Amino acid sequence: MASNFSIKHQPGFTAIAATCFVVLYLPIIVLVAYAFNAANSTSEWGGFSLRWFQSAWQNTQVIDATLRSFQIGAIAAVLATIFATMAALATTRTAPYPGLTFKYAAINQPLMVPEIVTGVALLIFFSRIKIFTGYSGLGYLIAAHTAFCIPFAYLPIRGRLENMDLTLERAAADLYATPWKTFRRVTLPLLWPGILAGLMLAFVISLDDVVITEFVKSGGQDTLPTYMLGQIRRGITPEINAISTAFLLLSVAIVTLFFFVSRKRD
Amino acid sequence: MPDKPDRNAIEVVNVSKIFGSGEGQVAALDTVSVSIRENEFFTLLGPSGCGKTTLLRLIAGFDFPTAGEILLYGQDIAPLPPFKRPVNTVFQSYALFPHMTVADNIGFGLEMLGKPKAEIKARVAEMLKLVKMEALAGRRTSQISGGQQQRVALARALAPQPKVLLLDEPLSALDYKLRKEMQIELKRLQHETGITFIFVTHDQEEALTMSDRIAVMSSGKILQVGSPWDIYDKPAERFVADFIGESNFLTAAITGMGNGKARATFKSGATIEATVAEGFQPKDNATVVVRPEHARLTKGKGDLSGTVENIVYFGTDTHIHVHLDSGEAFTVRQQNTRSAGCGFERGDKVGISIGNDAAQVLKD
Repeated sequence: MASNFSIKHQPGFTAIAATCFVVLYLPIIVLVAYAFNAANSTSEWGGFSLRWFQSAWQNTQVIDATLRSFQIGAIAAVLATIFATMAALATTRTAPYPGLTFKYAAINQPLMVPEIVTGVALLIFFSRIKIFTGYSGLGYLIAAHTAFCIPFAYLPIRGRLENMDLTLERAAADLYATPWKTFRRVTLPLLWPGILAGLMLAFVISLDDVVITEFVKSGGQDTLPTYMLGQIRRGITPEINAISTAFLLLSVAIVTLFFFVSRKRD
Repeated sequence: MPDKPDRNAIEVVNVSKIFGSGEGQVAALDTVSVSIRENEFFTLLGPSGCGKTTLLRLIAGFDFPTAGEILLYGQDIAPLPPFKRPVNTVFQSYALFPHMTVADNIGFGLEMLGKPKAEIKARVAEMLKLVKMEALAGRRTSQISGGQQQRVALARALAPQPKVLLLDEPLSALDYKLRKEMQIELKRLQHETGITFIFVTHDQEEALTMSDRIAVMSSGKILQVGSPWDIYDKPAERFVADFIGESNFLTAAITGMGNGKARATFKSGATIEATVAEGFQPKDNATVVVRPEHARLTKGKGDLSGTVENIVYFGTDTHIHVHLDSGEAFTVRQQNTRSAGCGFERGDKVGISIGNDAAQVLKD
């Protein structure tokens, strides 16, 4: 039976799997449920109500933070995807050479260096620039988000490029397409699902970030996650649950879209 | 066959292509020269790794020669990028653009050349008709069969009216019957368009049936260039005779030369007349090649004698393997008739007569 080893038939497997799912999903289910609580508590049920959604919707701080999150996320995702596309082209459309592995590592650095280290480093670095330039806008946050989003955008794009038939580009060149036209008419359209997937992944990662944002933001630059963190410090109301639930729905929607886009045209 | 004009479409002059450097250096092409005439169906034939695809890639511009010139109607194109050469390629994998329709694929080259829309449309329609694909113009290339993809690849490469069409083993992915059909189709297209075709293959039968002229390649060199008839009946070297068709190789002494013919004397003492490969240097022991169907088996005395070792029936003909008294092996191919057997049996003592104009003296 050794050759037919199947994890499904090991004793305890079902119990372990069930425990994992419960630990993972039960808190989320509870959180979502209490978003609809009519009472002021996150632990005692007081009937069904949408009042916390209403209250969050009318809270200008929440709206501000949400819009700021979207703004940073959108700009950072677009920039990160552009850089990631260029990086992916440069690292796949070449014969392997010594130093290529180092470049992969450099591009993927944000996946390996602890976020807190990057956060502290950026805090010190940006504060110097602030003193010299006097600029204290959203640029710092956008730059930081762009940097840590690049590897997330890079991976699906590189995956797509590695699966692409290089003969197609050769065929385009053979049919009188200049390198730029070959890129526009052949490479880019075929790469597009990878680019969209990278863009959405980068956007979700940016929306979700707390650690680096917390260090880099100036006063009045709360994003939705850092705003929520601040609120929790002052005691939790179901309003946080309502915001979390809306946030969860948005993320699920984007990830689902990502899934369909990356499957399309394969 | 119509007369081929004597203009050269492509001249390859002393071209070398060396991959790697230092110790690991490999010459994929070693000082190759060849001229390809206008309107010709020219085949580069050889085993894999002989350099035929490398030569095609150099003409297409996907790679650049280490040394030498490639002239297209007298102009050196070797340093030009592929999109500046009026030469198109049919790829082994077809390389159709999967995100475009059949019609868009065919029109791509013309669009890149900046032709007006109306002209592109007319030309695409013409090409669709030429390869009989009108009904599938709007299909994605992933929605058509392998044979249809092959036709689209041909139409796409022919649409910009290239000066030369390069075909890189385009039939190798097709099954036997479709391959036969496409061979005839390719000849028809070449005839109708009047474009010079350079065809790469490792299939000797394909080369013999389709080509006006063939270049046989091995280890980065061109061994012989000639018509299919030349290559088959007058091979210059042992490799050529061995690679194309079946051959009997015999050692003989050259005892006289004259009038383009040699007198070859075998160890048995028998002497026959043989044609001589160009570039033959007189020497004591030359190799003589005789095709199995150009020799006749007799019960009596022939030019050679031996014992029947094996008889293999092939339907249209029978191969009779003879162990010669000189120790060499010899195969005779004999046409079958319906009623009788081949007339010989294993262990028979037989003679082999080699007709006039059946033997060729090789240069190596």
